Amino acid sequence: MKHPDRREFLQSSAAGIGAAALAGSFPALASAADASPFKPEKGASLQLLRWTGFVKADDIIWAENTKKFTAATGVPVTIQSLSWPDVTPKAALAAQVGSGPDLIMGWNDDPFVYPDKLVDMSDLVDHMGKTHGGYYDNARSYCFDQDVKRWVALPVGCTGNAINYRVKWMHEAGCNEFPKDLDGFLKLARGLKKNGHPTGFALGHAVGDSNSWTHWMLWAFGGKQANPDNSIAINSSETNNALDYAKQLYETMISGVSGWLDPSNNQAFLAGQIGMTMNGISIWYVAKNDFPAIFPDCANAIPPMGPVKQHTVSNNFTSAFIFKYSKFPNAAKAYLNYMLDKDQAGPWVTGMLGYVTPALKGYADLPIWTSNPNITPYRDVLNGAKYDGYNGKPGKAAAQALDEFVLVDMFADVCVNNMSPKDAMKKAEQRLATIYKRA
Amino acid sequence: MIARSRFLARLDSPRVLGYLLIVPAALILLGLLAYPLVLGIWMSLTSATLGKPGVFVGLQNYATILADPIFRGAAAFSVFYTVCAELGKLTLGLALALILNQKFRGYRAARSLMLLPWVAPTVLSALAWLWLLDPQQSALSWLLIKMHLRSEMVDFLGHPWSARFSLIVVNIWRGLPYFAIGYLAGLQSISKDLYEAAAIDGASGWQAFRRITWPLLMPITTILVAFSSIFTLTDFQLIWTITKGGPTDATQVFTTLAYQRAISGGQLGEGAAIAISPIVFMIVLAFFVVRAVRER
Repeated sequence: MKHPDRREFLQSSAAGIGAAALAGSFPALASAADASPFKPEKGASLQLLRWTGFVKADDIIWAENTKKFTAATGVPVTIQSLSWPDVTPKAALAAQVGSGPDLIMGWNDDPFVYPDKLVDMSDLVDHMGKTHGGYYDNARSYCFDQDVKRWVALPVGCTGNAINYRVKWMHEAGCNEFPKDLDGFLKLARGLKKNGHPTGFALGHAVGDSNSWTHWMLWAFGGKQANPDNSIAINSSETNNALDYAKQLYETMISGVSGWLDPSNNQAFLAGQIGMTMNGISIWYVAKNDFPAIFPDCANAIPPMGPVKQHTVSNNFTSAFIFKYSKFPNAAKAYLNYMLDKDQAGPWVTGMLGYVTPALKGYADLPIWTSNPNITPYRDVLNGAKYDGYNGKPGKAAAQALDEFVLVDMFADVCVNNMSPKDAMKKAEQRLATIYKRA
Repeated sequence: MIARSRFLARLDSPRVLGYLLIVPAALILLGLLAYPLVLGIWMSLTSATLGKPGVFVGLQNYATILADPIFRGAAAFSVFYTVCAELGKLTLGLALALILNQKFRGYRAARSLMLLPWVAPTVLSALAWLWLLDPQQSALSWLLIKMHLRSEMVDFLGHPWSARFSLIVVNIWRGLPYFAIGYLAGLQSISKDLYEAAAIDGASGWQAFRRITWPLLMPITTILVAFSSIFTLTDFQLIWTITKGGPTDATQVFTTLAYQRAISGGQLGEGAAIAISPIVFMIVLAFFVVRAVRER
């Protein structure tokens, strides 16, 4: 996942007075907002904090849609955009001090860290689900808090992860098509390495890239972090097999992956230093726009299945949540309802070339997904996707384990530090036990 | 009128006026330093999590972190990082100051340029170093290969010890000007007469340094080391930007671990205990600073 320099900027949509005038000029917009069951409070204004920076079209179209919302409702919305890893701490501080943005687009388990501070989103989730074909399972995993027993966030979607590779190099490595299973995947990786095009999968403390492929690998072999009762389940023969496989895959990797942060695999892939990695579609998007020489040879594929015989993709899930301190929770719900409605979300997802895969199943038929075979894998990333902490209870403990890179470090201990899988599992088991106990 | 003149008369008293004059500074110190510190200590004694004040748990958080191998590793690396970085900065800073104390062509420009690493925003310099230490894009590796000192790129950040030493080098680079400028000021305050007298007595350059320069630089050395150690022990930006505590927690220090536990993980009590724990080292350092200042 690309991690650009921190880029914080404020974008103010039209001011309230002008917006009211605009609403009068665009009756269609006003009527769309009228149809919403969520009515903004009188004199409402909103502050949104969201992540940014992956694909240019995201910021632009989101801001345009926000302007349309303001025009239709008269509610001005200020958008504060932050580099994605900075959103989690900023949201945490807002929760702690009880002041800040009205609503936040955060990541993964963020809402489970402070569920008591968040507005009940059940009505909006119910409404959106009914009007857009229901949600993928991941939506409930990341947005329904099992402790407070309510939806604490509105599922938005995920920045899905797929395997990115170079077609010509794959053919030179003896594969006519991208492998469907892990045996074929390892064979391809070895062929690439032999031909001087090593693979590259992050093993440093890269929040997105290290977690994504290690979780995929663990789940592909049937490994689990915890059981449904939150007892620790990491020390198992399935995890052992995943670690053994990862060690073999590590031998095909370029030197230095254990120090990689989130931008590293993008840079190496686009510079032609590696032949295969795992990333969101942003890497392909950047290649399309800025690397015309290699773009025709770049391709994406859904990560192969392991012994569990089903896809086990790990994605970065994003959801929107409203703080109870907000004076305008209804306006915030009206805004989210508007922004994720098909008239707005359709062009948003299309403009980003599918960078965000919506959590609502109704968006799977957008033409963008089949407009290019390299985009299609990202449509399917939520099918069978698991959640971090799987198969335990989603919540604080899983969030903390992810923040502390427990699984990533377990893989790195085996691959880089030459620890035996048994010792690495034992170490991870102890760390998880501590985390789950204190959470 | 009488009351006014009594008030003014009281102001004439050094005791009254003195206390009045320190009130603003005292309020600032209490509000911006003492209050957060006391709050942090209190929080470390509670089970506070994000959004919840928690209850008093005594020293339980400290017991928890002391039993945690990652905290012990972070504490050990924090001390190692500080000691190595301070030794490096002291030695190189003194050497740089001795050179810059000479009047050579362009010495004024050299003194100004020396300050660049210190005045540049830390995050920007950390990003520049991240680039320089990158396993695939490093200009340092490229240089070493071009000089035929290496056949392949150096993996600066991929292994625990190489990552640790890389961070120490970056910290030395950043903190060097602080020592150099401090020593330069110290060197310029030493009377030339002492060196002339030593030369007349036949002292060599090394003897003059050992018997005159170094002893007279001791007070400034104590202050520089003490203050710099506090900055280094609480360093966050360099490490978080370059390694985020990785690989495999090898470069975690007090601050990065506290941030991870308290802000990302929401465990405010435990995070506060981690953040408060280096205070022991800081009190020792502060003791030396105060003593050195008094001796001066």
